[in-house]
Amino acid sequence: MKRANKPIFWSLFGAGGMLSALIGPMLVFITGIAVPIGLVSRETMSYERMRMLADNGFGKLALVAVIGLFLFHGLHRMYHSVHDFGVHVTPAMKAAFHGAAFLGTLAAAYLVLA
Amino acid sequence: MRTYRRYVSGTWWWRNPYYRWYMLREASCVAITVYALILLVGLARLRQGEVAYEDWLERLSRPWAIAFHAVAFVLVAYHAWTWFKIMPKTLPRLPVPDRAIVVAGVAAIGVCSTLLWWLARI
Repeated sequence: MKRANKPIFWSLFGAGGMLSALIGPMLVFITGIAVPIGLVSRETMSYERMRMLADNGFGKLALVAVIGLFLFHGLHRMYHSVHDFGVHVTPAMKAAFHGAAFLGTLAAAYLVLA
Repeated sequence: MRTYRRYVSGTWWWRNPYYRWYMLREASCVAITVYALILLVGLARLRQGEVAYEDWLERLSRPWAIAFHAVAFVLVAYHAWTWFKIMPKTLPRLPVPDRAIVVAGVAAIGVCSTLLWWLARI
C-alpha cells in the first residue's frame, strides 16, 4: 500500500498554525504597521539590523521557519478552502499548493545560506 | 474508475452565521501566505544590497501596504484566538479543564508578543 503523506503535511500545517498564532499578530503589527507608520523607530528594521539577523545562525533559522511554516500553513488551508468553495480538488492541485510552499521554503533557505 | 461526486454549492457557508465566521477564519490563510511572500521578497531584496532593501522598506509605508497589513493583522489575530479556542478539541484528551488550555494558549500569545515587541525595541 502507498504510504500516506498526510501526517507530513498535517505536521507542517500544525507547526505553521502554532507559530502564526503565537507570533503572527505581533509580527504583522511590527513589520507592517508600527515600523512603516513610525510608531517605532525605522531603525528597528534598518538594513544593518536585518543584515545582522540574516547573518546570525539563529536568525537564519528563525527567518526560514517563519517564511516556510507560514507558507505551508497558509497554502495547506487554501487547498482545503478551494474545496469549501465547491470546487472538486485533485491530487495535482494538492501537489501544486504543497509544492508552492516547498519552493518558497527552499527559496528562503537559499537566500539565508548562499 | 469514476466515483460519485455530489454537487457542492460555492455559497453554502453564507446561509449560517457560524459558517460565515468559519470562512472569515479561513480567509486568514490568504493573509498569512501573502505576508510570508512579502517577507520572502524582503529577504531577497536584503541580499541584493542596501539600496534594494531600502526600496522594499519604503514600499511597506505606502497606503495600500499599510491597508493590507491592517486587514492581515485583524485576520491573523482572529486566527490566533480561534487556534487556541479549539485547542481543547484538537489536542488529545488532557487531565485539565478545557478552559485552562484556552487560557494558557491566550497567555502564550501575550508572552510571545511581549517578547517580540521587546526584541524589536532593543
